[in-house]
Amino acid sequence: MVADVSSPPRRVALFVTCLVDLFRPSVGFAAVKLLEEAGCAVEVPPLQVCCGQPAYNSGDRASSRAIAAQVIDAFEGYDHVVAPSGSCAGMLSHHYPGLFDGDPAMKARAEDLAQRTHELMAFLVDVLGVARVAARYEGAVTYHDSCSGLRELGVKQQPRTLLGSVTGLSLREMATPEVCCGFGGTFCVKYPEISNAMVGEKTADIAATGADTLLAGDLGCLMNMAGKLQREGRAVKVRHVAEVLADMGSAAPIGETG
Amino acid sequence: MQSTARDFKHNVDAALADPNLQDSLGKLKVGFSERRRQAAERLPEFEALRDRARDIKDHALANLDFYLEEFERKVLALGGHVHWAPTAEDARRIIAELCTSVGARTIAKSKSMVSEEIGLNDHLEALGLAPIETDLGEYIIQLRHEPPSHIIAPAVHLTKDQVADTFLEHHRALGFTKRLTERNDLVAEARHVLRQKFLDADVGLTGANFLVAETGSSMLVTNEGNADLSNTLPKMHIVLASIEKVIPTLEDAAVLLRVLARSATGQESSTYTTLNTGPKRDGDLDGPSQYHVVILDNGRSSVLGTRMQDMLRCIRCGACMNHCPVYGAIGGHAYGWVYPGPIGAVLTPQLIGVEEAGNLPNASTFCGRCESVCPVRIPLPGLMRHWREREFERHLTPRAVRQGLALWSFVARRPKLYRRLTALANRLLAMFGRADGRYRSLPLASGWTRFRDFPAPEPGGTFHARWARHGGSRVRP
Repeated sequence: MVADVSSPPRRVALFVTCLVDLFRPSVGFAAVKLLEEAGCAVEVPPLQVCCGQPAYNSGDRASSRAIAAQVIDAFEGYDHVVAPSGSCAGMLSHHYPGLFDGDPAMKARAEDLAQRTHELMAFLVDVLGVARVAARYEGAVTYHDSCSGLRELGVKQQPRTLLGSVTGLSLREMATPEVCCGFGGTFCVKYPEISNAMVGEKTADIAATGADTLLAGDLGCLMNMAGKLQREGRAVKVRHVAEVLADMGSAAPIGETG
Repeated sequence: MQSTARDFKHNVDAALADPNLQDSLGKLKVGFSERRRQAAERLPEFEALRDRARDIKDHALANLDFYLEEFERKVLALGGHVHWAPTAEDARRIIAELCTSVGARTIAKSKSMVSEEIGLNDHLEALGLAPIETDLGEYIIQLRHEPPSHIIAPAVHLTKDQVADTFLEHHRALGFTKRLTERNDLVAEARHVLRQKFLDADVGLTGANFLVAETGSSMLVTNEGNADLSNTLPKMHIVLASIEKVIPTLEDAAVLLRVLARSATGQESSTYTTLNTGPKRDGDLDGPSQYHVVILDNGRSSVLGTRMQDMLRCIRCGACMNHCPVYGAIGGHAYGWVYPGPIGAVLTPQLIGVEEAGNLPNASTFCGRCESVCPVRIPLPGLMRHWREREFERHLTPRAVRQGLALWSFVARRPKLYRRLTALANRLLAMFGRADGRYRSLPLASGWTRFRDFPAPEPGGTFHARWARHGGSRVRP
């Protein structure tokens, strides 16, 4: 990657996401590395917590609004806000403004944040114009299109473009990469039987590709699919796409040691 | 129809354990969505047509009173009759009275979801009348005393073998004693049996895909032609339709038809498109001497002018359920009432109450595939979320969920406390999961670990802890 050194670096705030913070910090560090190598000055606003989806998708608008206001405060003033998750980025960019329909001042701030917020893959390719990365990954990977990134934000080709530049990597598409894995946030524990049926179909589709690694852009989906693959005893390594693109693909896969 | 939506979780268990259903669903998931995709790709203006279809329905809904009255005027001028049914009970009563007014015994029915909604068949049978379903799928499930499991493919939950057994059981008395194994033979046998029923029928009852205000026509699409026989052979034709079926013009119908068939089955057009415009006129060779349109509200008008109005744009193509991974896992019967899938999850709480059907809008991952294929762009996940908000406001959300949510949002609104608690959770989960990198079981997370391993956090602390340790940098200083 080549950074344009003539213009001042873009000030980018990383929205870490609560799952990455708690379970897979490597994804956050991979995102920072990718952004810095593309010429961004990356900061991590300390007061960020969660985007509020658990409350929002459970019908609790009052809590969602309070959490959204907090996020809007935390990310004020940055050129861009980038999340290694289509789901969380979609929450900020597509759902926050509607939470403040009765409050024009807050709605304007929510819309401003929405304009500045991006999913990581889309930001790298569509905004920064990154076409290739300096990374090596020996193996055949398959890529799952997480729902919010795909359908709310149009993340489809961008990760594939970047993966195409990784030395040693080959991509084997699933029959239905766009079908939901059954995670759905609290859905997976509220309706575990349906979720299980859905993720079982997904792991069968993954296995049918013969790929040794599963990648995706959302940690929730990845944890769900990793957990099912491992319960089924399938030897597929699971990683966030940012880890492979940042040449950090040698760390232990999700749910594994060493 | 009696609802079992309240027993949704029980219905789900039964559906997942039914091998015939799972076999049928496996085929449905691939077939419908692939055909729809190809049909959409073949028509360059398909996306623009979806916008126009949405706008046509929005315009009709915004002026619903005007177009309904216009439709009524036209039907009356043609010599037909319009009956307004505020409730399901009203519709049942009106239809029963119409049937008895001509001394009807047999009623040939073309497929109508609204007739399922109002429980018409049971009501007519209780009065000693014999409603006969003439759509093949509806006929099969009528023989089996089952409700439809899909709005355009009512018997999609059944395998060919199950249909063969059903026909053998019910047609034996009519002289058909051979168990058939070929699809075409099954269709031919049903055709033979149904032909006589059409000839016997005193009343033909159909639904309507659209009511066209400018001409007073009701419009129906089928692939079997059964609607044509239902409405031309008997002396009375009753159309049963709900209020949102009215559209302004034939031109509008042409737009809607173009997206309807493609979205439903991937066809460019359904095999039969039938317009009924009043009763038989002087000089007509055939047709009904009486033409009645029963227009049902059943709670729909109460969403006009609200955010939920979008649900009334639905043209009943079934694309949302064909593309829904939840429907694909559990089938239509699990939803417990007439309308399954994403549109059912939105419509059912409106029609029978959110107390009864509260599970349906919750049983979604919000994957958005339904909205992405809806020909009239109904924001289905948004409407489901709206129901969840209503449930939350009315304290219908399960207590454990409410309490968990209250605790979580208390912490999430206090970043420093959140940071301390996540650091603790991270340390404990990483420490006890150290050996395998994951958990096979975890207290308070059995919903997850019953079916999946739970990944332990990678060692080294939370992202924020590590970031702070590095002094705000990705590499250790």
